[in-house]
Amino acid sequence: MDLEIELRVDGTEHRLTVDTRTTLLDALREQLGNTSPKKGCDHGQCGACTLLLDGRRVLGCLAPAVAHQGADIVTAAGLADGELHPLQQSFIAHDAFQCGYCTPGQIVSAAGMLQEAGAGWPSAAAKDLGATDVVLDDEEIAERMSGNLCRCAAYANIVPAIAEVAHR
Amino acid sequence: MSHVTARPHAIGLPMDRVDGAQKVTGTATYAYEWPLDQPVYLYPLQSTIASGRVTGVDSALAEAEPGVLAVLSHLNAPTLTRPDDPELAVLQSAEVAWRGQFIGAVVAESLETARRAAGLVRVDYESRPPDVVLRADRDDLCSPVHAAAFGTGGGELQDGSPADSLLGDVDTALAASPTMVDTTYSTPMYHNNPMEPHTAVVTWLNGELLVRCSTQGVSMSQALISGVLGLEPGRVRVVSPHVGGAFGSKVYPHAYAVLAAMAARIVRRPVKFTLTRQQMFALVGYRPASIQRIRLGAGRDGRLTALAHDVIEQTAKAKGYAEQVAVCSRMMYAAPHRRTTHRLAPLDIPVPTIMRAPGEAQGMYALESAMDEMAIACGLDPVEFRLRNEPEVHPESGLPFSSRHLTDCLREGARRAGWEHRDPAPRAHRAGRWLVGTGMAVSTYPSPRFPGNTATIRVGPDGRYTVRIAAADLGTGTWTALTQIAADALSVPVGQVEMRIGDTALPAASVAGFSAGINSWGTAIWEAADRLRARLRAEHGGIAPPEGLEVSAEMAGGNPEAERYAMHSFGAQFAEVRVDEDTGELRVTRLLGMFDVGRVINPKTARSQLIGGMTQGMSMALYEHSVLDPRFGHVVNHDFAQYHIASHADVHAIEAHWLDEPDPHTNPMGAKGLGEVGIVGTAAAIGNAVHHATGVRVRELPITLDKLVS
Amino acid sequence: MRPFRYERADEVSAAVTTLVRDPEAAYLAGGTNLVDLMRLEVVTPELLIDIRRLTSDRIEELPDGGLRIGAAVPNSDLAADPRVRRRYPVLSQALLSGASGQLRNLATTGGNLLQRTRCPYFQDITTACNKRTPGAGCSAMEGYQRDMAILGASPTCVATHPSDMAVALAALDAVVTVAGPASERRIRLTELHRLPEADPERDTVLARGELITGVELPPPHSALRSRYRKVRDRASYAFALISVAAALEVTDGAVRDARIALGGVAHKPWRATTAEATLRGAPATRESFLDAAAAELSAARPLPGNAFKVPLARNTMVATLLELLEEAR
Repeated sequence: MDLEIELRVDGTEHRLTVDTRTTLLDALREQLGNTSPKKGCDHGQCGACTLLLDGRRVLGCLAPAVAHQGADIVTAAGLADGELHPLQQSFIAHDAFQCGYCTPGQIVSAAGMLQEAGAGWPSAAAKDLGATDVVLDDEEIAERMSGNLCRCAAYANIVPAIAEVAHR
Repeated sequence: MSHVTARPHAIGLPMDRVDGAQKVTGTATYAYEWPLDQPVYLYPLQSTIASGRVTGVDSALAEAEPGVLAVLSHLNAPTLTRPDDPELAVLQSAEVAWRGQFIGAVVAESLETARRAAGLVRVDYESRPPDVVLRADRDDLCSPVHAAAFGTGGGELQDGSPADSLLGDVDTALAASPTMVDTTYSTPMYHNNPMEPHTAVVTWLNGELLVRCSTQGVSMSQALISGVLGLEPGRVRVVSPHVGGAFGSKVYPHAYAVLAAMAARIVRRPVKFTLTRQQMFALVGYRPASIQRIRLGAGRDGRLTALAHDVIEQTAKAKGYAEQVAVCSRMMYAAPHRRTTHRLAPLDIPVPTIMRAPGEAQGMYALESAMDEMAIACGLDPVEFRLRNEPEVHPESGLPFSSRHLTDCLREGARRAGWEHRDPAPRAHRAGRWLVGTGMAVSTYPSPRFPGNTATIRVGPDGRYTVRIAAADLGTGTWTALTQIAADALSVPVGQVEMRIGDTALPAASVAGFSAGINSWGTAIWEAADRLRARLRAEHGGIAPPEGLEVSAEMAGGNPEAERYAMHSFGAQFAEVRVDEDTGELRVTRLLGMFDVGRVINPKTARSQLIGGMTQGMSMALYEHSVLDPRFGHVVNHDFAQYHIASHADVHAIEAHWLDEPDPHTNPMGAKGLGEVGIVGTAAAIGNAVHHATGVRVRELPITLDKLVS
Repeated sequence: MRPFRYERADEVSAAVTTLVRDPEAAYLAGGTNLVDLMRLEVVTPELLIDIRRLTSDRIEELPDGGLRIGAAVPNSDLAADPRVRRRYPVLSQALLSGASGQLRNLATTGGNLLQRTRCPYFQDITTACNKRTPGAGCSAMEGYQRDMAILGASPTCVATHPSDMAVALAALDAVVTVAGPASERRIRLTELHRLPEADPERDTVLARGELITGVELPPPHSALRSRYRKVRDRASYAFALISVAAALEVTDGAVRDARIALGGVAHKPWRATTAEATLRGAPATRESFLDAAAAELSAARPLPGNAFKVPLARNTMVATLLELLEEAR
């Protein structure tokens, strides 16, 4: 079954016809030519396809496109607006990636995570669950980023790259 | 005499990756991402039995599905030229040699349709009971038969080494030793699991094949794919500028590229094919499981008298891959009496392949665990025990080492890790509910140079240099490191150098594997740069002519010095672990590696490779384990929710340091390999630390909490 | 994935009617588990009814001092809600220990409760599974048993329920509100999920078409301290091998009240009523906690491949109770 939907991707409106089975990830990669979000597992187990969906980080591989009619989507390509996003600059400076395949997902996830922490959301690493202000130490960042796997294992560089932006 | 002719300027600087901006925005083009006109999609059919044959394929329902263009099976697949590699002989017979093997494919207009239609194909089998269990007491263990794919030894193992080695009289020496350790360690099947799934996107154009695939070496892929399809190599172009991780699993093109090429020839449209994560557990190799018996004898002076390392490992009946697990024991320590053996159990399982530090990763886990046990048995500090057993020359070949600064790594690593304050008593240190322990182990990996590299450098009238070689960047930093090497070889700033890699339209190159990339490609670039500079000087007064000048260097052979020197990277790793006394939960709170890797080309990307290797070593030690179901022959935990790799929260302090000691014989840069040495020894260091923390010696990886909870 | 139709429901009654009439229809909420299972063809609905706008996505105060959580509340919002963090920390902790930030943003409260087991054989249609195909046989029983149940399993199924949130809700005496073809009904959370018995294809007591509309939490006991402890193979982003949701009230050195639920041990969140009964009135000591854990786990019937879960569950229960005791001091 095909349905017509509208999506706003990295600031640009798109009208497209999708099979009900098509995920946001495949709609972006196969139909809209935006291959910034990556397919690493297609089962919500790696985080490579992380998108900002109406401002929140989610996994594009588990989101049927038809269920997100009219959604506003931001990918790592869209985070760079004229110049690289501070997270992107920091990732380069800290060499927070090797093969680069999980990297757009890590960066979008980090952007969403920083907003969550800014809103006072706790994590499993919280020492005080009731605290309204989140102090993003390395343990907090690592816990909050654990949904983004990196097989090259750049973790020891990714956390400082995010911390530098978080502490600005 | 020193052969190091490097003029370091760019070399040694922590340059940012030249492809960094593309990678952080997601715009670097991986194999599946090339824009194509009217592509079609392939979804494979996999056998659901582990042994037997296909007796019937009913594809009527699938073919009736709108959008389906073709259903392939052995019944209608084109005949391939018989390849040397049986793994590549896809759809050539009805035989099934492992569960999950390709038995067909559906090609359709959309990804969703192809996958759905594949589920509609009905396959009948004649099935034999699968034989998939590795045991030391099997009566069919056999010696490996010429599995060599690399190296010049022509021996029985994959790296070209002979299967067995023997010096002196091990049994007599062991019997006479005042202290003896006789232990058996086992390592499970591990899967490489790069984040980017294996992919081939294939287009036929005027009888020529364009393959965009994710590969560690376009030239090798070109040779293998053209060979299987019966084409002149020049009619197959392989393109792979960015690779989303590989760790050995993308050295060979495996069967998926052949299947995609076959399909593209039939449907006459560009075919896109990427494996699912689950399919990767059956189709693109893995590190074979091993059972390793180690016997060590030591004298009262703490010096080894005998060392025996006997390995039994998994292999596939379909292809006799034989890994060099005990080869590390041939060169690591001095001992007058020594023996190594390798025996295989051929099973109805998928074909194994290279996985980061093949052989050393498992072999050094066993050897370095046994060394820890022996140090304790001798009442010696484990660092001191290793210092006492450092060989003067390669203990088997008698060749001197091109450089071996292991003792410096041991001493400096121990100093940085605060090792001198260590109380050797197990279970002596705790922090709250955590038992705390430290352990160490040694790392090593060969530093070979591969033949078959040509580099071409062109200087334009504007004084800009274009360097062309079909090298690969798997995340290793090749784009950047080769730029630095070329700049120094040409004595120009890096801004004047443009690299071109990852395409068979470029001069041929060896694979990115065996930690040989920089050594092999860098040497060719260095030679081409020297020739270019010489010609510029001799013919053009040192100024680039208006028409430009292009020079190539073909390095047909490997390193001639390899006949006179043993070439290896080294390291010492120190681990601190915490084990929850109640639950057995284990955290590696600190890992420190001190390495001898020659001159480091780019400290930034080098550090990333070393800590990446160490983190993978931790993952190997604690989490990873492919569970083969003995009844069905498949990997049960075939996804990222069940096959755990280390994630962010598992990583605490990880440090990698290195000595600044260029190797005088490996290559003009003085560099040694560092892609694999980081993963070697980590698992042993952690296991030794777990013993120190808990008093429990786990000899079977991974060290999961069930082995520690009581 | 099989082709399917997609519809968005505007009214609960219409959605329920559709599901009752059409055996091939299914509800879609966050999709984080359903889409996954559809891709694997473990479930193959022909019609998806999108229910995200049908139920509340708000958390509201109840007159008795409890909270009502709309079924569409995302897991992340529920975990971050200041009232939940203050009054029901065990629930917040359980949610935060589950899945990842990205998944918690999509996953809903109702969907979390109804997620399916992660038994590898259930998720692989090339292996037999009674839960997927009644009567086909259980591949896990003599297969890879690490994640399987030690309590309440049957010869037909040894799967575990994967939710962390549900374990906390079980300890909190939560009640699930359900809309159905007849009328709304209320089900105690501990009675929502079933043991496998002879029909493991049924995860819950919900009838065809019944739709979870919300979860109600009774008012918190001010003297009851609670926490969630999850033990797993990786430090984060992994399902529980064993988890413990516990609440403890101690007066004058004796246990006045205890609520304990276990995850990773059974086909449902396992309320440890035997342990609770043993503890009530007993001295608040390690020995009592050990006795209580042993009493609960005397019913455990582990398989060879998961025997470690018995001592692990015991140790984790005792450690969690000791931490609560320490906190109360």
